[in-house]
Amino acid sequence: MTLRTVEMALATPGVDAAGYPTRVPLGLDEENGQYREDLGAERMLVNIGPQHPATHGVLRLVLELEGETVKRCIPHIGYLHSGFEKLGEYRHYNQIIPLTDRTDYLSPMANNVGFALAVEAMMDLELTERCKVLRVIACEMSRIISHLVWLGTTGIDLGAFTPFLWSFQERERIYNLQEAWTGARLTTSLTRVGGLMADIPDGWEAGLREFTDTFPKTLREVDTMFTRNAIWIGRTQGVGALTADEAINYSLSGPMLRASGVDYDVRKDRPYLDYETYDFDVPVGEYGDIYDRYRVRLEEMTQSNRILEQALDRLSRLKGAPINVSDPRVVLPPKSRAMSDMEAMIFHFKQVMEGIKPPVGEVYMGVENPKGELGYYMVSDGTSKPVRWRIRPPSFINLASLPTMCEGSLLSDVIAINASVDIVMGEVDR
Amino acid sequence: MSTPSPSVPALRAEFGAAVERSLVSSGQTIAYVSRERSHDVLAWLKDTPGQEYNYLTDVTAVDYRDPERSLEVVYQLRSLGRKADLRVKVALDKRVPLEVRSVYDLWRGADWLEREVFDMFGVTFIGHPDLRRILMWETYAEGFPLRKDFPLRGHFSRAEQTRQALAANPEAHYSLEELSLADSYGELPKDMQERLARGERGFLK
Repeated sequence: MTLRTVEMALATPGVDAAGYPTRVPLGLDEENGQYREDLGAERMLVNIGPQHPATHGVLRLVLELEGETVKRCIPHIGYLHSGFEKLGEYRHYNQIIPLTDRTDYLSPMANNVGFALAVEAMMDLELTERCKVLRVIACEMSRIISHLVWLGTTGIDLGAFTPFLWSFQERERIYNLQEAWTGARLTTSLTRVGGLMADIPDGWEAGLREFTDTFPKTLREVDTMFTRNAIWIGRTQGVGALTADEAINYSLSGPMLRASGVDYDVRKDRPYLDYETYDFDVPVGEYGDIYDRYRVRLEEMTQSNRILEQALDRLSRLKGAPINVSDPRVVLPPKSRAMSDMEAMIFHFKQVMEGIKPPVGEVYMGVENPKGELGYYMVSDGTSKPVRWRIRPPSFINLASLPTMCEGSLLSDVIAINASVDIVMGEVDR
Repeated sequence: MSTPSPSVPALRAEFGAAVERSLVSSGQTIAYVSRERSHDVLAWLKDTPGQEYNYLTDVTAVDYRDPERSLEVVYQLRSLGRKADLRVKVALDKRVPLEVRSVYDLWRGADWLEREVFDMFGVTFIGHPDLRRILMWETYAEGFPLRKDFPLRGHFSRAEQTRQALAANPEAHYSLEELSLADSYGELPKDMQERLARGERGFLK
């Protein structure tokens, strides 16, 4: 009689009488298909999550262990599935923007920008200069806060508490800026097709300038704390490594791809929002392990800070410039005109009642989000609601490489590897 | 920006009628290929010098509002070296089973992407080693949510959905097989053990 550890589809160890997950695997007797307790088996099934602080959300991992070595890792996702893509098919284009906030909720502004860019590409709209600069600021602020969350939580996972406090302090300053700009800290809904929901308030630039001046000091402190720290290096170097070929084959993107030595950044290679006119570097790793991912993300924050400084300089030259395109098909006319001018009133009515109508066609628009390449694939049939609104979720695709990275490593490394992917379950499950 | 990608004439020369048509939308090239040759076309695009679409950006599907129109499986390809993109589509007639060859053997990144298309649209990817639902739970019985004939609130009525939720055994978070892994297998009711032995799957009602 042969026994094998039960297959992946079955791999929940169940619960014992007290309600705790059991850790005794059963074998499947291949001769008669009966299950029975396999106490002699060398392998053990361990269930992590979905309610576990180190899984960064409602991710469930089922691990098959031999001693402390992970033989197989089976992720289960979908606990936070909200059907955003389906909901989007029942909404006008501008009504979808609040849904994008809630996918990758650690960088809502960057999602808003990506969505607006996709619709604008379909409608062939040319944005105003000030709008582009403000959107770049929104994207780079998002990159910084998202990487700060990653840094803090990964530090905690590996036993370092102080950088968590530093990074959340810095993050708070950006959230205050977001709140002053959009009125919301998390669900910003910043963009509208053809422009922005609002211009920045008076004196806002001074706040961001103060941030960009003082933020590098925190980064230096983190660098001092981690980069040459023996514990940090021991936990991260050579762990969860992926080669460049593997990274490409797994369709990884963002810091995960670049840490493996692939020099690909959407901002450089398919520029949008005039990113090609900004002076910044794209950090690229060498070994593709957790340490390189950390180095890449840390350097990206420095570079984002540089971009923010340049964008602020441009903004000072664009004072009072319009933020919205002057196309009455997509941007509401001012209320005063709508109430006095017949044509403006018609446009106002049509936009509010019918929504924006992109021409028949489709577009794939990829933007470099903090987690990786966020893509919006839109299909329009000429009506005001999309036929298909597909999110290419970077953390979903990056997470798919988790089993390969974990298998063969130690159980304690699984936590570190999972943290290094930088997932946000709102986006993985959508 | 409305010139098609040079990959399309190259594809036509190599595969002839298997490249059904091509068009340009928003400056992006789309090539429709036949279902039978889709895997060959994608493998050729990946490995041929001069094409080198080595990066599978995305796999998804589109169900159009016109119920007569085919469901389309969409592959977004990219060549990282050449910085070029190409969208390959495979149209699947809805009157026959929705099946297409998996590209798991070309790109491991297709693993979860194809599972998601299966989960949301019910397209079977032949050759995928582990094709099961990914976002919905495995015993989800209401169908394929992103199909256009799937109502926004699901096929079951609210009352039925509520009834199922309330009728669920507290242990129903675990499927039968999952429970069978538990220590308590021997303590399961007789009928449940029998259902397990018959290989029955699903949640307890």
